[in-house]
Amino acid sequence: MQFDFWSILVQWPLLLRGAAWTIGLTATATLLGAGLAVAGAWARTQGPRPLGWLVGAYVEVIRNTPFIVQLFFIFFGLPQLGIRLSPGIAAVTAMTINLGAYAAEILRAGIEATPRGQIEAAESLALSRAQIFLHVVLPPALKTVWPAFVSQIVIVMLGSAVCGQISTEELSYATNLIQSRNFRAFEAYIVGTLGYLSLAILLRHLLNWAGPRFLFGR
Amino acid sequence: MRLSKRGLLLALALTPLLAGPAAAQNQLATITETKVVKIGIPTDYPPYGFVGVDLQPMGLDVDVANLIGAKLGAKVELVPVVSANRIPYLQTRKIDLVVSTLGKNEERQKIIDFSVAYAPFYQGIFAPKATSVKSFDDLAGKTVAVTRGAMEDEMLAKVAPPGTQVQRFEDQAATTAAFAAGQTQVIATSVSNIGILSRKNPSLGAEYKLLLRDSPCFVGIAKGEEALRGKINEILLAAKADGTLEALAQKWLKRGIGDLPL
Repeated sequence: MQFDFWSILVQWPLLLRGAAWTIGLTATATLLGAGLAVAGAWARTQGPRPLGWLVGAYVEVIRNTPFIVQLFFIFFGLPQLGIRLSPGIAAVTAMTINLGAYAAEILRAGIEATPRGQIEAAESLALSRAQIFLHVVLPPALKTVWPAFVSQIVIVMLGSAVCGQISTEELSYATNLIQSRNFRAFEAYIVGTLGYLSLAILLRHLLNWAGPRFLFGR
Repeated sequence: MRLSKRGLLLALALTPLLAGPAAAQNQLATITETKVVKIGIPTDYPPYGFVGVDLQPMGLDVDVANLIGAKLGAKVELVPVVSANRIPYLQTRKIDLVVSTLGKNEERQKIIDFSVAYAPFYQGIFAPKATSVKSFDDLAGKTVAVTRGAMEDEMLAKVAPPGTQVQRFEDQAATTAAFAAGQTQVIATSVSNIGILSRKNPSLGAEYKLLLRDSPCFVGIAKGEEALRGKINEILLAAKADGTLEALAQKWLKRGIGDLPL
């Protein structure tokens, strides 16, 4: 059996562009998704009841449907309602909505694990409700669930591979394109696999380093 | 009844001899004699062959099949075939002719014979009427949907100017869906695929803009049936000369037959 990795690596600009797209999609979706998750977790634990139900419905819909269907609905379905998103925007939107739902549930678990007394102590210090949530409830909650939170972000990053199906030019799209040009499937997917593997490991380390440093302290 | 092994072998050996004369008879003579001609047509391939609302097969191939039947003076028995089985059907004489968007290539020429071409088949660039695409240069800055790895993807890569935003999808269905949803301004696909799209989604107004690749359709005939092939060629050439084929192409493909190879 003859392997020809050179025929894949010679396409490095395409692969690099794909990796850059994957990183960009993941970074944007993580920032927006995390914001959505905090808002969702707040609504479900401390927000007004009807809003909590609404968020509950959103979480259930997203967590019980496949990501690719959500993505196709946004890209192929929404134009019928006059909402036409480019492949990149559609991909970020789908990833954000997806991450938001899962992460909101993860975060809710962390918030509910915060001891009641801690909140009462904050109230007795006359902190406002917003102050209590942002400074007393959220940091320890994030700390408790951070490993699960990071895992979910990595899952979303790996899941972005299907965004190539709507012609978002991320890493798996680049890999598929190279493969369909030179029919070197084994080599192309090995290269793609190693790309995702290193991105995932890097991302995990980055988040494990950044979380305690910027979000909740050691 | 008990058969000896030798007797059984003998009987088996003689079978082809018994069946032989019937198969060896000139197919054209058989058709003229029985006044029935069995023709393989597609039913899943608009606008060449598909099932209409009345559940009857219709399309360009079906019209050509009926034309051939009429000129042969025989009743046409339409037999639905698909790409994969149309040549085996012909080889095993389940049908007399294949009129099923059949392209000619070397491998096929080894096992069956071909008539002259009767209709164009092509991959092209399609877009709504309002989108102006007069040459490949006009594709610059436009979004084009195409199926990754398909023939038209390779063709497009050769002719598209830099700045063309090619969006590649996994299969024809996704490519068509993207174009139908308005996600791309232009689509590069086969004429049959655009036929399906135009029928299901007439409001798109997708029209033919540019040609990517030509691969005309031929009538397939069993190997060595020279008399039948001669007759079919005669019918098709006459239909070409009197404009019948041109009219059929205009009717179904919205485009002339162009320069069909012999």
